[in-house]
Amino acid sequence: MLHYVIRRVVIMCLTLVVVSALVFIVIQLPPGDYLTTYIAELESQGEAVNLEKIEFLRRQYGLDLPLYQQYFVWISGWVHGDLGYSFEYSLPVTEVVGDRLYLSMVLNFSTVIFVYLVAFPIGVYSATHQYSWGDHGLTFLGLLGLATPNFLLALVLLYLANIYFGTSIGGLMDPEFIDQPWTWAKALSILEHLWVPVVVIGTAGTAGMIRRLRANLLDEMQKQYVVTGRSKGLSEGRLLVKYPLRMSLNPFIADIGSLLPQIVSGSVIVSAVMSLPTTGPMLLSALQSQDTYLAGSFLMFLATLTVFGMFVSDLLLAVLDPRIRLDGGVRR
Amino acid sequence: MSDKLAHFVSDAPFDPYTIETLTPEQERVYMASRWLMMWWKFKLHKLAVVSGIVLLASYFCIIFVEVFAPYNLHTRNTDYLFAPPQSVHLIHEGEFIGPFVYPLKFKLNLDTLKREYSDDADNPQPIRFFCSGDEYEFWGLVSGSFHIMCPPKDGKMFLLGTDRLGRDMVSRLLYGGRISLTVGLLGITISFILGITVGGMAGYFGGWVDNTVQRVIEILRSLPELPLWMALSAALPVNWSPVYVYLGITIILGLLDWPGLARAVRSKLLALREEDYVTAARLMGAPPSRIIGAHLLPNFMSHLIASASLSIPSMILGETALSFLGLGLRPPVTSWGVLLAEAQNIEAVALYPWLMLPMLPVVIVVLAFNFLGDGLRDAADPYD
Repeated sequence: MLHYVIRRVVIMCLTLVVVSALVFIVIQLPPGDYLTTYIAELESQGEAVNLEKIEFLRRQYGLDLPLYQQYFVWISGWVHGDLGYSFEYSLPVTEVVGDRLYLSMVLNFSTVIFVYLVAFPIGVYSATHQYSWGDHGLTFLGLLGLATPNFLLALVLLYLANIYFGTSIGGLMDPEFIDQPWTWAKALSILEHLWVPVVVIGTAGTAGMIRRLRANLLDEMQKQYVVTGRSKGLSEGRLLVKYPLRMSLNPFIADIGSLLPQIVSGSVIVSAVMSLPTTGPMLLSALQSQDTYLAGSFLMFLATLTVFGMFVSDLLLAVLDPRIRLDGGVRR
Repeated sequence: MSDKLAHFVSDAPFDPYTIETLTPEQERVYMASRWLMMWWKFKLHKLAVVSGIVLLASYFCIIFVEVFAPYNLHTRNTDYLFAPPQSVHLIHEGEFIGPFVYPLKFKLNLDTLKREYSDDADNPQPIRFFCSGDEYEFWGLVSGSFHIMCPPKDGKMFLLGTDRLGRDMVSRLLYGGRISLTVGLLGITISFILGITVGGMAGYFGGWVDNTVQRVIEILRSLPELPLWMALSAALPVNWSPVYVYLGITIILGLLDWPGLARAVRSKLLALREEDYVTAARLMGAPPSRIIGAHLLPNFMSHLIASASLSIPSMILGETALSFLGLGLRPPVTSWGVLLAEAQNIEAVALYPWLMLPMLPVVIVVLAFNFLGDGLRDAADPYD
């Protein structure tokens, strides 16, 4: 087991290195850098350019160095907890992002929990009551959930709330808590607001999860050991929980691999629509204004979130299912 | 004494198939080609057939948008900003006069600053069919003015309302479909080519090629798609012409979508390359490209088409999301996402809810592609 964990950690680190290189290339793609845009903007407005500051920034982040050296400057900063400098806000990235990273994590994590909590009972019900009205209805709802893009769902909810309650359901906390230090009241307020984006982001994932769980469970329930169990006289409930349910749990955990990127993607756009104080809206504006390091930090953070999530899911899977070969190589 | 039976040979002509003669009906089934059998199996999936028809109709529509749309994409009716959807009536004061609309009377509500319109019920205006209306350039090539349906003479017709510049939503939805629907097709073509090439190489050569490709796929699949799409499309130069931006977006969509297909191709190839006919082809000196292209690909093309039709919706949604965020297509190019971007202002939507209408075709098309894909996937293996 230890062997496997170490191997997975090494793979994860390598993946992160490749991902960081990818992210760096992507954010460097636009022609020019923020400073050239910034200077041009200032000059067009006839304002004086603070050459000293620009020169300082240029040296600090090695913007005149070749690309691969810039990458090393950036990535070695990461290791020391220096995420770079946000040109737009004239602040270090760590100060700009503030609580956003934590709130993003809370949002994504709650969504994963929500997906599991909802998908599990519904999936089991659908599979055990195959072709019943309940099953058909839930399947249809699920398909609708799959086909409705989450940002449109967010838009519809915003619209309905505006029409019927006259309030905005955007945001992640009551206005008086914004930029305030953490208190219990603030945490509670976040919990009150959290469920709307969680439902919106989680819908598609839940629908997909229900479909897969239903299919897996149906497959398992046709296997011979189930027939054996039934002929031994096991009660239906016990039979279900004891064997097929456990088997079908496996893909449930392995699915984090496809669920997490989906949820992270969804949370970005839904946050932008509902103006949540998470990474989404700021990533969007950073990309639009070519604020390289800010955008890069967010991209890197989101990628790390998914890669780490997959690492955890792999470990869980290895613990839960002894059939999975840990050594990855030859079978002994 | 010999009681042996006499040697007997029947004179009748011998037909070895007499025992199990096939009726013409059976003959048809047994001799059916693979594609024919897939079609039979596909037909059983009613929802998929309906979805297929819906999609065919939509794609047919977007070819002749200019003719179907009552107005042009950019025709502004400055007296009718934010006009509500009009309803089509048939009977006026107990008298049947065919489909017509009532003209709109405009009043600005000074309390809410909402633009309010009411029907002028005295004055029915019949809708014209097969008529000449707004001038257009068909695909930018041939000019014409023929429409299937036009607004009444000296009148206006906004069956789905107008937007903030007084542009007809029906026409804009139709024109938007042309962009949104083709983005999916172009994107899937790119992803298909990449997926087949990369997956084909990995599956056929195996070894380190396979290992490298597998790692790359794993990394790409572990990344959240949308933020990457956003970053890449933000990197498209601002001064590009709309056509380049459109192509750029489709390429970006296709670039991140191929890993799924490549994986499917690879696993199929790994199984198929051990078949005898592959060995035979190799012994006869066929190069790998021919073995993959001529012998292996046709064997699992149906599976590929099925999985491709399942990933078109994600591309359409991707384009919609990007344009909605303002990172994708930009006006004057109009897609459903660009139309939805106008619905971002929730105060405007609260007053004029028909701005959210472009949602409907998106959901319908995505659902239809999902059903069609399900049907195709079931049909892809007709020998079950």
